[in-house]
Amino acid sequence: MIDIIQQLINGISLGSIYALIALGYTMVYGILRLINFAHGDIFMVGAFIGFFALGSWGLPFVPGLFVAMLGSAILGMIVERFAYRPLRTAPRISLLITAIGVSFLLENLMVLLVGASPRSFPQSISLEIYEMGGLILTNRQIIILSIAIGLMIVLQLIVMKTKIGKAMRAVSQDREMAQMLGINIDRVIAFTFALGSALAAAGGVLVGLYFNKIEPYMGVMPGLKAFVAAVLGGIGIIPGAMLGGFILGVAEVLVSAFISSTVRDAVAFVILIVILLVRPSGILGKHMREKV
Amino acid sequence: MDVLKVKNLSCAFGGLMAVSDLSFEVNKNEILGIIGPNGAGKTTVFNLITGFYLPLKGDIIFKGKNIVGLKPYQITRLGIARTFQNPRLFKKLTVLENVMIATHINYDASLLDSLLLTKRYLLEESKQREKAEELLDFFGLYRRKDEIAENLPYGEQRKLEIARALATGPELLLLDEPAAGMNLSESLELVNLISLIREKFDLTILLIEHHMEVVMNICERIIVLDFGMKIAEGTPEEVKNNPRVIEAYLGKEVKGVIH
Repeated sequence: MIDIIQQLINGISLGSIYALIALGYTMVYGILRLINFAHGDIFMVGAFIGFFALGSWGLPFVPGLFVAMLGSAILGMIVERFAYRPLRTAPRISLLITAIGVSFLLENLMVLLVGASPRSFPQSISLEIYEMGGLILTNRQIIILSIAIGLMIVLQLIVMKTKIGKAMRAVSQDREMAQMLGINIDRVIAFTFALGSALAAAGGVLVGLYFNKIEPYMGVMPGLKAFVAAVLGGIGIIPGAMLGGFILGVAEVLVSAFISSTVRDAVAFVILIVILLVRPSGILGKHMREKV
Repeated sequence: MDVLKVKNLSCAFGGLMAVSDLSFEVNKNEILGIIGPNGAGKTTVFNLITGFYLPLKGDIIFKGKNIVGLKPYQITRLGIARTFQNPRLFKKLTVLENVMIATHINYDASLLDSLLLTKRYLLEESKQREKAEELLDFFGLYRRKDEIAENLPYGEQRKLEIARALATGPELLLLDEPAAGMNLSESLELVNLISLIREKFDLTILLIEHHMEVVMNICERIIVLDFGMKIAEGTPEEVKNNPRVIEAYLGKEVKGVIH
């Protein structure tokens, strides 16, 4: 029993990171109907910016995190401006292929810049371990979870309460009409990319803190898993991405603890196959019937 | 004085001329009707004016400024608003939110203001909310303000769409078949509403409509399109008796409706 609770705690910490990345997928999908496969690599770039900010420049943790988020937000807007915006009216498959291209570009650019070998992430927060009745909890888990949840609350406030948030929801429902009401959709789309990329960067820094290792291909697997999380929750639905992230994290940790850690990466994809078969619109998605 | 002036406007899709060499003017506070058979190019004219399509050639002058080539949102900010043939509400948003999105054009609190809940944000937000609620009240939708837009009955959805268009603060309002799907008494109510908003909001209105009882009742002038060309222009009386119009458009069956 205590084992299961322990694994749940670990799973929720991991899941909160998946949730942060999944949010970017789901927001971009909601607004452009694009699966942004480069999103996992933005997460990786965020981790590297965090690496330099915390390590080489010696910033404290929170400012370092902020720099990583800001840097990735700018990168996300650059990618949108130069790779996706020219294809706004092109068929969606062109956008998808471009996203894969951007993904390879970012990975290999990073190999060129910093080399392919893994680096250990600056541990700017020293590890403390708390024991409570057989349960082990680290201060890093608490920090990860509180930062992730804090960011999700801020995101929810932005989307629900602010002017640009309302504009985002409007654009995702009817882009043409939103323009007709005076909304500059280029700006809204750029802002969506910035927001999603900043969250992914936060995820990257937290992964660095949690697993203590970063490298240019680190974004591939978490990127795919976060995509699964977004689909699981219902792609395009913001609370769905959070829910999907947590479920995925818990499932993965439970499987690696009680079945075998060699199949942990398979869990996500089994979930993907099952959800696509059983409920393709996701847990929170409404069942949509094709119009005939 | 003309608010909108369209000069020699042409637009083609592939080899098909959707609008060819069209010129007309809309005077201040006038209600001008555009009629014509299906496929005559009426909605294309709206799409050209609002910047969704680029014309092949020609000018669109709004308040003395050529707006060809501007983006739709820039045109809206200059003071042209529009409704669509089918109500295109943000279905999942509340009635109030639908209107508030449109009032946001004149909103000047930054993202930081809204996250930190500064005084400026709260003030601005309550100002916009008040403006939106006032509009909803005028359209009799105030009691529905917190409902999800898609749950409104059809007639109220149409009203909400007009309210939302007005929230952008337009001088020129383009209505694309506002009476579509309405019965006779509903369309007559709409006629009243349109004349009412013209006075209250000091509007100039350009109207596409198939319901002849609406067009003949409300428009001071009418232009008739057929195959993208203007075939007649004049008062409802003149247009009704124009032989070219009768030939191209009215036919026998529709005559009964006019009388």
